[in-house]
Amino acid sequence: MGIEGIGARVVRKEDKRFITGAGRYVDDMVVPGMKHAAFVRSPHAHAQIKKIDVKKAQAMPGVIGVLTGKELKADGIGNLICGWMIHSKDGSPMKMGGWSPLAVDKVRYVGDAIAIVVAETKGQARDAAEAVEITYKELKAVVDATKALQKGAPQVHAEADDNLIFDWEIGDAKTTDAAIKAAAHVTRMKIVNNRLVPNAMEPRAALGHYDKAEDHFTCWTTSQNPHVARLVMSAFYNVAPENKLRVIAPDVGGGFGSKIYIYPEEIVCLWASKKTGVPVKWVADRTESFLTDAHGRDHVSTVEMAFDKNNKITGFKVDTIANLGAYMSLFSSCVPTYLYATLLSGQYNIPTIHANVRTVYTNTAPVDAYRGAGRPEATYLLERTMETAARELGVSPAELRRTNFITSFPHQTPVIMNYDAGDYGASLDAATKASDYAGFAKRKAAAAKQGKLRGIGMSCYIEACGIAPSAAVGSLGAGVGLWESAEVRVNAVGTIEVLTGSHSHGQGHETTFAQLVTQRFGVPLDSVSIVHGDTDKVQMGMGTYGSRSGAVGMSAIAKALDKVEAKAKKIAAHLLEADEGDIVIENGEVKVAGTDKSLPWFQVALAAYTAHNLPAGMEPGLKETAFYDPANFTFPAGCYICEVEIDPETGTTDIVQFVAADDFGNIINPMIVEGQVHGGIAQGIGQALLEGAHYDASGQLLTASYMDYTMPRADDLPSFKVSTSNTPCPSNPLGIKGCGEAGAIGSPPAVINAITDALGITDIAMPASPSTVWAAIRATKKH
Amino acid sequence: MYSVNYHRAASVADAAKLVKSGDAKLLSGGMTLIPAMKTRLAAPSDLVDLSRIKELQGVKVSGKTVTIGAATTHYDVANDEKLKKACPALAHLASLIGDPAVRHKGTIGGSVANNDPAADYPAALLALGATIITNKREIAAAKFFTGLFETALKDGEIIIAVSFTAPAKAAYEKFRNPASRYAIVGVFVAKGKDGVSVAVTGAGDDGVFRSKEIEAALAKNFAASALDGVKVPAKTLMTDLHASAEYRANLIAVMAKRAVAAANA
Ligand SMILES: Cc1cc2nc3c(=O)[nH]c(=O)nc-3n(C[C@H](O)[C@H](O)[C@H](O)COP(=O)(O)OP(=O)(O)OC[C@H]3O[C@@H](n4cnc5c(N)ncnc54)[C@H](O)[C@@H]3O)c2cc1C
Repeated sequence: MGIEGIGARVVRKEDKRFITGAGRYVDDMVVPGMKHAAFVRSPHAHAQIKKIDVKKAQAMPGVIGVLTGKELKADGIGNLICGWMIHSKDGSPMKMGGWSPLAVDKVRYVGDAIAIVVAETKGQARDAAEAVEITYKELKAVVDATKALQKGAPQVHAEADDNLIFDWEIGDAKTTDAAIKAAAHVTRMKIVNNRLVPNAMEPRAALGHYDKAEDHFTCWTTSQNPHVARLVMSAFYNVAPENKLRVIAPDVGGGFGSKIYIYPEEIVCLWASKKTGVPVKWVADRTESFLTDAHGRDHVSTVEMAFDKNNKITGFKVDTIANLGAYMSLFSSCVPTYLYATLLSGQYNIPTIHANVRTVYTNTAPVDAYRGAGRPEATYLLERTMETAARELGVSPAELRRTNFITSFPHQTPVIMNYDAGDYGASLDAATKASDYAGFAKRKAAAAKQGKLRGIGMSCYIEACGIAPSAAVGSLGAGVGLWESAEVRVNAVGTIEVLTGSHSHGQGHETTFAQLVTQRFGVPLDSVSIVHGDTDKVQMGMGTYGSRSGAVGMSAIAKALDKVEAKAKKIAAHLLEADEGDIVIENGEVKVAGTDKSLPWFQVALAAYTAHNLPAGMEPGLKETAFYDPANFTFPAGCYICEVEIDPETGTTDIVQFVAADDFGNIINPMIVEGQVHGGIAQGIGQALLEGAHYDASGQLLTASYMDYTMPRADDLPSFKVSTSNTPCPSNPLGIKGCGEAGAIGSPPAVINAITDALGITDIAMPASPSTVWAAIRATKKH
Repeated sequence: MYSVNYHRAASVADAAKLVKSGDAKLLSGGMTLIPAMKTRLAAPSDLVDLSRIKELQGVKVSGKTVTIGAATTHYDVANDEKLKKACPALAHLASLIGDPAVRHKGTIGGSVANNDPAADYPAALLALGATIITNKREIAAAKFFTGLFETALKDGEIIIAVSFTAPAKAAYEKFRNPASRYAIVGVFVAKGKDGVSVAVTGAGDDGVFRSKEIEAALAKNFAASALDGVKVPAKTLMTDLHASAEYRANLIAVMAKRAVAAANA
């Protein structure tokens, strides 16, 4: 409806302040008396701490305090937790090694925090941090998960023998093995999913302020979920009880998952503020971000996919080793399990699936959810395998997929998920048409004449977002429920504030959420404000990740709007002496249907607050709260096609076209959705062609700056051709599925399928950099 | 960054005096030195800023002789109309350095003094047989670049300008490191009255060098086809995260071929 309601391409309200440099980030916050912190970090990947001497540092100019883990422990500050319990297949709980916010007797990765220095200036804090003298006994390090599992490998945590955190399975091993045995064809592959550094534009930051008079803490932090941060910091880390701890996540410059977790620094800044008596601010530099932000992916898998003689998949077997780094980050355990293996059916009818996952400690940065979280890993396995199988079977990759598509809904997969709606054929058709898939052979021949190698690759992804039904995730080990809350406050003059537990850090909530309200009441977008990111304003919320803010966050707002609408109608019916059922709200007016009787919206709001003439027994005011707990996950899906041209002399890959056909359910703002898809594809192409975190054998991160870690840049990317063909999601009131991660999930296999097609090879490692591609070409020539 | 004293030099003589104080360092565009200070890898006590000294600015062309002041930015080299006529290859090279911000601040003197093994200018100066003019002496490029981040400069010696004779033909082809966009391999070919010279940056394990194999092939026939089948030995080339020595050897031949084609175009 209208130019500002659902479906309108409204320009983002928040962009004015971002583009003009008027955004307010944690580093912009200034509190009277505020001082600056620097962390002392381990230069070693694995070492015992023999002695920490802070005397020299304490005497440095400007230093207010130097605090260590011993003092932190003495004050009862707890270890960091992992919020999702996974049990191994033998029934034993996952092996949690202790993660002290400041390491006490052992460091386990380069960047592990050991002490905090608080000083008058940032420079002085850093100078003094260098003067803290630590005696280490270096230990052998292990960075590779497969090697870490071997007998005799360095042991990262005493709690975990062979560094094994859990050995988990899902699905049916027996029937899957039988399917593979009986198969007409089996495609087998070893597939590596490379490790990535999230690289949010704004580095992590925390400002801790202890107010002695009130005995109250405030924490400004770069968080995707400030309420979860408050909950965890009060319930597990003993920083302060919830009523004495306010967490504010103001403008946040990107997260991609890396700002979901509660890290040592925010806990330590709060504690240090009380200890030193001054507000304490810490802002990471880029090196700290590379070293200590939770990384993403890092899986090594073997797969076997069985087909019958009609090319129907009869079984899929997966064995995965997932590197979780030195400590278990907040949601690290659910990423390679319930967010991953439950998606292994993809868009396909697969009668039986079995996946085994071993998670492993290594001397590297913790690994947790990163844009897509588990679903990119699942999609990469499936879609690399499907493409390879099509080549082995001598059928068109598009046809092999079509042969195996799920076409009736709801569909129960063998791995928990119950797909509620979709039309995979429609996305495949749209993508093959937009890319002129049929005309590829001609383009390949033309490229060959120019000495170039052309290839085309496809990826039909499905993912699960809108996380998640609380009871369901609770039964699977989650420590929290994954509902969302909303409060709609209509002011006396009819303007509206929506308080949401979702958190915007690039997603454009201030615009899309307001469009929902505009649609409902016909009030101008400008008269609706979205309030988020402050535990003192919003009562409770679960935050933004897993593409959940549309499907779950906006559904909660819709529910609260239902209540406001009902009450407004009651008031209007009373004032207009009409039947409640005849009242309609349109274009900012409250009308009696079929008559010319109406009231402007603001007058209904005013009546609610003057309370001079309300229906008998009605409370004054117009403000409603709702909690929405989703009935199911949502299942965005789509088809991506990538076409590449490779220069065989240099190994350079040029993406000549990239087509994305997505099904996101109903769409609130197509422009914002396209932006999310563009960003996701950019990151997916980044993973496939450019990005990769590398540690050397001693545990030093070799890619710890932009000199060596390749971020995708505009000139690395083609102009994307994106479209949507949508089946509304039946499980939530708005029919929304979610679009935040799809691009990053669907694109890497499409790119690698295109490259392997161009080179006539089965596999190539990501990132497929020019040197990697050149080496692959050379290897084929040697044969 | 550690705290540091900043001095703005009014002249070369002034700078030469100032640079003697404490553990001082010369500052030109700051595009290499400042990042190193921010990560605390460099810690000078004093900075002597050369960037406002008039006599270090600008490109001069008189006849075949080209002289470029040390504090001339990459942007100014890339866009100088006289240079685009006299030696378009060098202007093109400057346009490939870093990004616009880097090109507007970074200078030829700073780049040459730093002698980063992946920097672009050293390949050009070596292939062009340029002279590096300092406040003390003149040094031939062949003697100037002595190793990784090493030059013939003495402590406190200041580069004033670089100078060379415009070649008959020249071109530069650069294969960028995907992350830093410095050269993984950069090849500058020049054909002048002393014959053909080919210098390679980004690849050598001891910094910029001249490729004997390619020069020999081109001496007979300055054509891209002369390089068909030429093998560049990988033994003295670097291997790192982004490229093996073998890959670099291949790229040297490929970039040389493309440079010759461009020079002849
Ligand atoms: C993002 C980025 C990308 C870049 N990409 C490239 C690239 O693609 N190719 C490339 O070649 N370079 C690249 N550079 C480096 C850039 O070209 C620098 O400008 C150059 O290397 C140094 O020049 P400067 O004027 O900035 O020197 P400064 O950083 O000021 O100084 C560098 C060193 O030279 C010394 N010095 C400076 N001037 C003189 C002088 N007149 N006499 C004696 N010593 C002197 C200084 O004391 C210092 O040790 C990049 C830099 C950045 C930040």
